[in-house]
Formats: sequence, structure tokens, C-alpha cells
Amino acid sequence: MSENRKFFVYGLFVLVGIIYLIRLLYLQVLDNTYETASNSIRAIPDVPMRGQVYDRYGNLIVYNTLVYDLYVTPNKLKVADTLALCNALSITRADFDSLMKAAKVYSRKKPSLFLRQLSKEDFAHIQDVLVDYPGFEYVKSSVRTYSAPTLAHALGYVSEVSQKQLDAQEYPYYRQGDLMGQSGLEKFYEEYLRGQRGVRYVMQDVNGVAKGPWKGGELDTIAHAGQNLYTSIDLEIQQYVDSLMQGKAGAVVAIEPSSGEVLAITSAPSYDPALFATRDFSKNYAKLALNPYRPLLNRAVMGSYRPGSTFKTVQALVAMQEGAISPGSIFSHAGAPMKCHGHGGLTGVSSAIQWSCNPYFYHVFRRMLYANAEKNPFKASAIGLQKWHDYTQKFGFGQKLGIDLPSEAKGILPDVEYYDKRLGKKSWRFGQIYSMSIGEGDLLITPLKLANLAATIANRGWYISPHLVKGIGKNDNPLPEFKQRHETGVDRRYFEPVVDGMEMAVVRGTVSRGAIIPDIVMCGKTGTSQNKKGKDHSIFIAFAPKDNPKIAIAVFVENAGFGGFAAAPVASLVIEKYIKRHVDRKAYEQEWKNKNFLQNVIIPKSQLPKPKEQKPAPTKPEATIVNREKAAFNKLTEAP
Amino acid sequence: MARNEHITQNIDWLTVLIYAACVTMGLFNVYAAVYNPEEQTKLFDLSNNAGRQLMFIGSAGFLIIAILVIDHKFWEAFAPIIYGFCIFLLLAVLVIGSDINGSKSWIKIGSFSLQPAEFAKLGTALMISKFITQPSVNLTKFRDLLLTAGIILLPMLLIILSKETGCALVFASFMVVLYREGIPGIYPSILLIAITLFILSLFFSPLYISLGLVVLAVIIFRFVLPRYDRNQKTIINLSVIFGAMMLFSASVDFLIKNVLQPHHRKRIEVLIDPKADPMGKGWNVIQSKIAIGSGRLWGKGFLDGTQTKFNFVPEQHTDFIFCTIGEEHGFVGSAAVVLLILGLMCRLIFLAERQRTRFARAYGYCVAGILFFHFLVNIGMTIGLMVVIGIPLPFFSYGGSSMWAFTILLFIFLKLDAQRPFTLSRT
Repeated sequence: MSENRKFFVYGLFVLVGIIYLIRLLYLQVLDNTYETASNSIRAIPDVPMRGQVYDRYGNLIVYNTLVYDLYVTPNKLKVADTLALCNALSITRADFDSLMKAAKVYSRKKPSLFLRQLSKEDFAHIQDVLVDYPGFEYVKSSVRTYSAPTLAHALGYVSEVSQKQLDAQEYPYYRQGDLMGQSGLEKFYEEYLRGQRGVRYVMQDVNGVAKGPWKGGELDTIAHAGQNLYTSIDLEIQQYVDSLMQGKAGAVVAIEPSSGEVLAITSAPSYDPALFATRDFSKNYAKLALNPYRPLLNRAVMGSYRPGSTFKTVQALVAMQEGAISPGSIFSHAGAPMKCHGHGGLTGVSSAIQWSCNPYFYHVFRRMLYANAEKNPFKASAIGLQKWHDYTQKFGFGQKLGIDLPSEAKGILPDVEYYDKRLGKKSWRFGQIYSMSIGEGDLLITPLKLANLAATIANRGWYISPHLVKGIGKNDNPLPEFKQRHETGVDRRYFEPVVDGMEMAVVRGTVSRGAIIPDIVMCGKTGTSQNKKGKDHSIFIAFAPKDNPKIAIAVFVENAGFGGFAAAPVASLVIEKYIKRHVDRKAYEQEWKNKNFLQNVIIPKSQLPKPKEQKPAPTKPEATIVNREKAAFNKLTEAP
Repeated sequence: MARNEHITQNIDWLTVLIYAACVTMGLFNVYAAVYNPEEQTKLFDLSNNAGRQLMFIGSAGFLIIAILVIDHKFWEAFAPIIYGFCIFLLLAVLVIGSDINGSKSWIKIGSFSLQPAEFAKLGTALMISKFITQPSVNLTKFRDLLLTAGIILLPMLLIILSKETGCALVFASFMVVLYREGIPGIYPSILLIAITLFILSLFFSPLYISLGLVVLAVIIFRFVLPRYDRNQKTIINLSVIFGAMMLFSASVDFLIKNVLQPHHRKRIEVLIDPKADPMGKGWNVIQSKIAIGSGRLWGKGFLDGTQTKFNFVPEQHTDFIFCTIGEEHGFVGSAAVVLLILGLMCRLIFLAERQRTRFARAYGYCVAGILFFHFLVNIGMTIGLMVVIGIPLPFFSYGGSSMWAFTILLFIFLKLDAQRPFTLSRT
């Protein structure tokens, strides 16, 4: 029976063998398409233009400029007069030799990059001369160009794909020398921006002269241009924020509360994004990486700070929702280990926010942790903290908000597990963690999260994840996750006393008088973030107008001291500018533009700051022929 | 009966000859693939891949001697232990494996890397042969089938986890031995129908396939089946079978569009349309076809290939070694290689059939099956008839693990065959 099955197995083997032999006969003897193709077809990638980036009013922020990359194939090169060629290319003889040597090391038969990113004007000059020098060819390429020197962190940059990235790609799209978004929007929306590369197959003779398409272009594919990004950024406000943050380290994030759209996002100190779009990329990057103020760090989404008193708004909201306090609750200062700044009599939550009363919030937090049936203070603290954590978490703390920028920091919102690990199970209680009541201690947040808090309060209870892109290509919608409302679970009625308190804080409270905006009701909360090194960071969150808010903002100014002092004026000016489109307080504006707090920033002594940003191409400088070429080119541009 | 005096006594010299021919041709083609006319690449130089391949072949010689010395009963007796050790290695590689080309399937020992997946085929072949030829095991019983499937699927799963899907697919080749050893014909039929439907689903939409199946069912019912079978029961049976087939083709469509990872999907798309990924996998296929096609009848001559130099075809010396053969030795050379491997496979079946123990016969079928799968996929992909799956061409492709694994696989069988006159049992 199954003995006969061996014939099927023989049959299967022989059948496949015969099919393959027939196929080989066809490929190798009968069909001569492949012979004519041999040695003479070349695939020419058609690199599409990268998508452009617009602001919320349709102004261009990022676009492309046509440049030319010059390639050389050493074996085909015939140079009668090297000196004349060098003059035409405006390089020296030594540079020519070193570039040519690098090209020969790479390959004598394949073209290698000789000069990168020649401008249209330079190229027009060279083009006529090149006809006399076979072996040179050019490829059209493009560089990112910026309409204004702003938004460097949010936009990110594009650079040559690194060997590591080439190896890591799941499905091999990128090839050596391709450009790739490395940070910011350029990275996050890379797949939309880059478009779809096309390929043309052309036949060429031994000298590399094109002889027309192969197989009549049957196998060619068309390149599809990248999709444009329509951002929610208000370019005018963005630049205004930049001007206010001169001479300061910190971050500003402004959001439209109703949509979660980011209006402006600045990390200071910043840099001109165009620095990374030139062939001096490596040099410029290295220079910025060594800058002690860490301009490469995107403080808005990566900087971790303590929220300080701005967090009292959250404490009040959560406590009321939990039922630990009511809007009219009053606490005496007695028993609290923190001092109060001095103020009139408190009448409840709103006046506590208005005066940012530390002892009040000490008692609020204490009550939240201990307001349960458990008698043992250790166990009670654990139960209380977990409940508090679960409420607070819904404001987006201790997790990524999911903004459309890479490398957003999570921050820290301690829960029971966190303290069990740090202090040991059942060996901690309220007394050890009370500083969180006023936003100090182990809490860590990013400026983005605080801006989102301001937007949540402005909305009285919900937020949409902040995002910068509101439309991609022909699609007028942001990504689906940016249409979703996140509820905090705190009732709308509990927001009113907090909002009132924030209004009073500006009118007659912790905020300096100058920050009051004529004709606009701004609600704000100051914060003073303690840090081990140097002066406190100044923080301010705000939204305006009080009813139907148009803008919510968080301002961080590092080492500038008390929150109402430095951050509030910046926020108030930005709000005024956004709502009125002009600023009436000219002198005040000038004063804050000129203020410099950078000298307060403590720079770590021995160690040079290392930016936590992802390490891009320049970490492997000698890896590619292109980098070698680049290095050589940088050297020669520096030469006198 | 007297023990064999010499270890090479009774060995099947024809197979050894074919093996030697394959390995030698492989070596020279690896040399041609890495040969750089500007540098005068030397064959006896460990710094290039040809030199290393030569070293792999030399060490394979020691393995052959070792296998011929070891008592033939060892393999059957220790099959479970060898299988267990392979599973252990596959687990280990998931933990300590180093990343090469995105898959975590290599164990690095000094400057050499070992790929346990290659040896897992060997372990599984031994284990399967031992298990299914036990007198108590009956391949028509569901419980035994389940255990058999388990033996095959366990290493397969572990290999998939280390992201070597191509290598895992090789385990499908055990269907050949199961078929020979009496698995009900329905299982290979299902496999064949599934593969056919799968390929059809790539080219046609599920709707057309369903229509075609309905027509086929009607034809079978109306014209093929005898009149007395055309009753309600048959209608129900037919609709269940054809319904399942339609469901399968629809789910293939869904699988490809929604479940497969992008790089797998791309490989399948490229088979249908090389334009789908012109600079990546499609380029491989186009370049590979150009290289082979440009060889014409007699080839361009040894070391005179132009397409297969300078990395026109990626993985030139490993998975795409057949391109070098096709380009430099033309149809004559490539047909010779096809015939050589075909001859080897048929010879193995012939040898397997003359074994006196079921274990030896089953093992012979395992070896032939594995060789066949590699032959089918590797050569098929270079001539554009198969999906690009990165598995080597046995004895030809560069690589120590595959060279050793295939040598051991083959010579264990030759050793078993050589002992045939001294074994009596035939169960």
C-alpha cells in the first residue's frame, strides 16, 4: 500500500526538476530580454519631494529647495586639465585629490558622492564645464528650507539615514544616503512626509550614457510626493514667544483648549533649524551638543520639572471629587510643617488657590490620604495614595499624553508601588510624602503636561491630547487619537471654585500686578519649582478668557525664582498677543524681552551636558563615504 | 556476522560522489561571487568568505569521519536527547542570541556564529523517524498524529520566535516522510489544496475564487460523481468542503492584508509584481533573473560574471549563489546543478527504500524531503518562481552552520545505509 507512495515522491521531485529546467531554458536560452539587460540596465531612484509644513493660517513653515549632488565614477573619469576643473568647482587641488581618493576607496566602478548640495546658482555655473569631463554626473536633490528661524525642536530635522537605522528597519525602504526625519515632526510623520520613491530602469552603454528606458518603461514606478503637514502652530505667536524667551532657559506651550491644538511650543534656548539643513550639519550639531545650556534638549516635552504650586489646582479638584473636602472647607495653619506667604482670611478652596496657601493644601492632601476606614497610618496612607493616584492619573500625569512628537517624557506620578519600592512596604506614610501636597517631592511633570492641565481646567473637566498637526495631505483631520476627548472624572461644578481662585490670583493674589491684561479676564496659577541646584524655577499656567477660553498656556523659566515673578508676565503677554493680535503694554513687553535669567542657570562643572535626544548620523562620522566627503568638504570650506 | 573492518565499507559511493561534486562546485562559485578582479582575491585566505567556506568544508570532513566511526545504533537510541538538545539551543538563542540581519538566531562563539535552527532540522528528523516507526505508533490514529505534529511544531515555533520564518517553513518538508510512512492521504491533500488556494488567492480576489469553486462543485456533482451518489448527503458534504475552501481563500486575503508583517507581505507582493518594491526585494528578483538570464547557453566563464559582482545581487554568496552559477556557467551549468541535486534526492529515496529498518527508511525520507524543500524554494526564488525566502542552497551556499548541518544530515543516513547488510530486522 504505502510502498506505492514512493512513486508519488519520485514524481514530485522530477516534476519540480523539469519545471525548473524549462524555466531555466526559457530564461537563459530562449528569452533574450535579460541578456540585453545585462551590464547595461541601471535603476535610478526617483526621490520625491518631501511634504511641506504649514502653520494654522496656511503660511509656509518648511519647504524644499532644489539642490544638486555631484557624483563621480573614478574609472570613467577623464580629466585633461585638473586645475581648470578645480577652478570650475571652486575647490583646491588638494581637496580634489582627497575627494577622489575617497571615491576610489569606495568603488572605482560605481558612482560616489563628490560634492553635496550645490545650489542652483553654483550648479548652473558648473554644468557647462562638466560636459568636458566624462565620469561626473549629477542627481537632483532637495534640502529643507525654513521660512523663519523658529520651531527647531518641534519641527526636528532631516539627515542621512545612519547605518544603525539601515540595519534596524523592519521592511527595507531606506538605502545608504537616503534622508530620514530624525526628530520632531519630521520623525513622527516621516512616513507621510517622505512620499513614495519611484524607480526608473534605464539602459546605458559602456560609458554610462543613457540609451532610453528598459523594456519600454514597463517596470518603472512613479514617485509620489510626500504629503504636506498642516499644523496648528500660529507662526506669529510662535515667534513672539521666541522673542520673549530670549536670554532665558525654559519652555512655553500654548494650546487651544477646545481642540487640543498646540498654538506655540518653544524650548529655550533654541537654535535656527536651518543649521541642520546644510552640508555643515555635523559641525553645527556638534557645536550645539557641546553648548552648556543644552539647546538640543526639547524642554517642552522632555524636560522634567516639579510642578510646584500649580499642582494645587489638581489637589483641590481631586479632593473635592473624592469628597475629602468641600468648596467651602477651611483649615487652620496649625500643624503644617510649611510656611504660608501671608494673606487675608481664607473662605474656602478659591481663596486658598488665590493665595496659594501651603498649609491649606497640606491638610487637603492629608485628609485625602487618611480619609478611609483604615486606622493604621501606614495602611491608610497606602489606600489613600492609590485612590488619589487613580484620580490624578486621569489628568495625564505620570504617563505620555501622546503628543505627535517623539521622545515625550512620562514624568513621575508616584503610586503605592513607587513608594513600596523606594521606602519599603508598609514603612511609609503621609508624613514622608506630604511635600507632594504642594507639587514638590517626587512629582515630575513636563511643561506640556502643565499646559494640558491649564487646557483641562479651561474646559472644566476634559482634554484632547495636545497635537501639532491638524491635517495631513488631502485629509483635513488630525490622526484619529487627536479627536478623542479624555474625561478627568471630576465634576464640572468642582472646577468653578478653582477657576475663580485662579482669576483672583491674577487680580489680587500671587501674580505680580503688571501681568494683568487690560480687557481680558485671565485665570492663572503660579508655581515655584524647587530644584537642588540654584534658584527656583518660575512656573505659570493660565487660560483666557475665563468664559469660553481661547488659549491655555504653561510657561517655565528656569532659575528665575518665584512663579508670579517671571513666568506670569511672559504668559500674560502671549495671551494678550494671541487674543488681541497686538500688545498694548509696550514698555512691559520690552522689559520682559530684555530680561536675562541665563546667568542663573547652573551648569554642571566637570561634565559636559549630553543631550538625551536620539543620537543621529554624526555619531558614526567615518562610517560612510558621504560622511568622509562631508568632512573633507567642511575642511575646505573653512580654509581661508 | 562479522563487524565491518573498515569504516567506509559498504558506503554508497555514488551519493558521496554527488556530495563531493556539489561541495566543490559550491566552493568555486562562492569564490567567484566574492572575487574582486581589482584585488586578486585568493581562495586560500581566511579573510574572505571563500577561504572560510574552504575551512568549513575541511571541518565537515572531520565530521564525516566521526559519523562513520560512531556506532549506527547511536542515532536511533539518542534521537530524543539530540532533539532535546536542539530545543534547548533554540531556547538559548532567544535569550543570548546575537542580532544578524534583524533576526535573533545566532549564537556567537568567538569569531564564529552558529545557527541552531540549521541543526534543529537534524534533531527533528531523527526524532520524527524514531517516533513514527515505533510499533505502537499508528499514523492513522489521531492521538499519534497530534504527537507527531507537536514534535514538528515545537522547534518550528521557536524558530519563528527568533524571526527566521524561512527556516521554520522548511519543517513543512516532513510531510514527505509522514506521507511515505502511512499518514492518511487526506492530510497531504489538504496541504496541497491549501497551497494551491493560497497561491490563487494572491492573484485573484476571494470573490472570483469562490465563484470558481462553486462552478467546480457543480461540475463534480453533475458530471463526475456516479448517479447513485447524487443525493442530499453528498450535497451537504460537498458544500461543507467547498465552503471551507472559500473561507480559507477569504482568510488568506485577510491574513495577507491584516496579519502579516510588512516585510513578509512585501515578499509575497514582489512575487506577483516585482514593481511592488523595485529597490528592495523586487530589485533582487530582477537582478537575479538578469544575472541568470545573461549567462545564455554556455555562460560567461569562471570569474567572468559581471552581474554577480559588486553586489548587484544581494546575498550573492549565500542565498543567491545560484545566480553566479547561472551567469558564469550558463544553462549548461545551471541545468547540471539542477540535475545533480535532483539525482541526489532520487538516489536518497532509492536508498531509503532498500533499508531494512523502518527508522533508517523514515530518516532517509526526512533527508530527501529537507533537501527537496531547500531545492524548491532556493532555486525557485532566484528564477522568479518562488517567494524570496532566505534559505540556503544545500552544499552550495556559503555558511558554516548549513554546510555542517547538511553534511551531518546526509552522512548519518549513509552510515545507516552502510550498516544495512548487518541489520536483520524489518518491522
